[in-house]
Amino acid sequence: MNLIQQLSQYILSGLSTGAIYALIGVGFAIIHNATGIINFAQGEFVMLGGMLTLFFSATLKLPLLLAVVLAIVVSTIAGIVFERLAIRPLKDATPINLVIITIGGSILIRGISMLLWGKETHSLPTFSGDEPILLGEATILPQHLWIFAVTTVLIVFSKLFFSYTISGKAMRACAYNRRAAGLVGIDVRRMVLFSFAISSAMGSLAGIIIAPLTMTSYDVGVMLGLKGFCAAIIGGMSSGLGTVFGGVILGVLEALGAGLLSSGYKDAIAFVILLLILFIRPQGLFRKGESERV
Amino acid sequence: MNMNSLLRNEGFRFILFAVLIMALPSILSGGYLLNVFVFVGIHTLLAVALNLLLGYAGQISLGQAAFFGLGAYASGILTATYGQNPWVSMVAVAAAVGLLAFLIGFPILKLKGHYLAMATLGFGIIVYIALNEAVDLTGGPSGLSGIPNLALGGLTFDNDLKNYYLVWGVTLATILLSLNLVNSRVGRGLRAIHDSEVAARVMGVHVRLLKVQIFALSAVISSLAGSLYAHTMTFVSPASFGFNFSVELVTMVIIGGLGSIYGSFLGAALLTLLPEMLRAFQDYDIIVYGLLLIIMTMFMPGGLVRGVPALARRLLTRSEKGRADA
Repeated sequence: MNLIQQLSQYILSGLSTGAIYALIGVGFAIIHNATGIINFAQGEFVMLGGMLTLFFSATLKLPLLLAVVLAIVVSTIAGIVFERLAIRPLKDATPINLVIITIGGSILIRGISMLLWGKETHSLPTFSGDEPILLGEATILPQHLWIFAVTTVLIVFSKLFFSYTISGKAMRACAYNRRAAGLVGIDVRRMVLFSFAISSAMGSLAGIIIAPLTMTSYDVGVMLGLKGFCAAIIGGMSSGLGTVFGGVILGVLEALGAGLLSSGYKDAIAFVILLLILFIRPQGLFRKGESERV
Repeated sequence: MNMNSLLRNEGFRFILFAVLIMALPSILSGGYLLNVFVFVGIHTLLAVALNLLLGYAGQISLGQAAFFGLGAYASGILTATYGQNPWVSMVAVAAAVGLLAFLIGFPILKLKGHYLAMATLGFGIIVYIALNEAVDLTGGPSGLSGIPNLALGGLTFDNDLKNYYLVWGVTLATILLSLNLVNSRVGRGLRAIHDSEVAARVMGVHVRLLKVQIFALSAVISSLAGSLYAHTMTFVSPASFGFNFSVELVTMVIIGGLGSIYGSFLGAALLTLLPEMLRAFQDYDIIVYGLLLIIMTMFMPGGLVRGVPALARRLLTRSEKGRADA
């Protein structure tokens, strides 16, 4: 394989993992924008997506589409329950308390999943075959196309939701100023609940479409969640294109680093990028104006 | 002086605590629990270090296991691979880790809240990956063995009882130092930063420098704990220094009580003994652990040191009130 071929292959696979990071990152951004919380349990919803789909399709023998829908429904309910039981009752919460409680939630979800489904790694069948498609110098799997399609649809959908629906506008109002939003009659608590529901649904969908490529187990959520957070940081905590760029930049750099430098240090690359961004531009690469280090 | 006011005396409290700790091995009479209490000692050291940063200065770190790991590995490599003197290595390593923390402290501690948590976490994961990947130096995932025990003159610290006194000697000294620190001008500065950085600055606290200094101090103590761990275990592997352990340390501090040195001991002891007690339940311990974290944060945000007395007081006044009503 010549260098051009190699490079285009790395970039292509980087783009598709980047799309996943973007989806997870958008989940972080939605909750952060509505509540100011960084949900450390976001990765566990990604894990739940993959594991639940596996459970419904392989164990209960349901058709794949139904299994996917059920997996999203159950993860969304898990997100709602988490908000109601752990986030809402917390009075005068400090950032440290919120970090701790979402970490506690993530440990709990991971522990329950481990008890239910064991510690093994499972694979999920691809949605439409494993026949590689030739694309210029590189090849691509049909599952990668699923990832690009789902990510594009979801990002467009969330853009429309936040710009044109009443609920979407209400959530943006909460993000801008919670007190003022409350004063004009927006039910802030419901919007918070809503943001948890949406982001857990999006997270689980990301987990579902990536599981056929990377395998899934009870503990895949930690790394995926952190990568998603990196994407959100690079994108300046936006729930739209910024985070998509963040995810793609991260995915491609990671794939190039793994291919050209060392695959062992692949995960470290993401965190070096995270630290550099946090040190130099904590407001993200794509957000102009005041740097607010909150 | 009656008992109550005596207990309020910081010096008396410390002496009481030290005497109890020193007498503990005779109650445990050797065996398996003594070994567990060596770990309680190392964990207390780490929890006290983190509490200075998290409890007093209000700065979260989710990468504390990295400093612990760097201390353990650097000590291990210098003594096992290069045959250096363990004591000299330990001090040199602590100084180097402290310097590293000082340098990365400036950019990291500019961040606040969740962002600080994520940055320290990122640092912790980078170190963890390096410990796994630098196979030539660290032995990779299979670990580094053949680390010598510490020795002082003719005395080699090679059994649980000797290690207990070694570890707790260092831990008690650190507790004493920390108590002095938090009750001094520096300690008041830290608490001021915790409450309001702006107010602290107005009152003349050099906020930025003080935050970085306490970060470095907590790294130095963690590195010492790491060296002690390496020399008592004589074996280290990356698994002990991952993200989960950083979270466990934060849990110890929170459960014991933020801003309480003795609370750190309580948290460390509880979280070290709990898995031993839960061994019968095997995999359930991770669930108990997550639940504990959530429940404590929700219902006992002050930790055990404050929560338990408050609970007792409430129960007491309620029963008195009940009697008065009757």
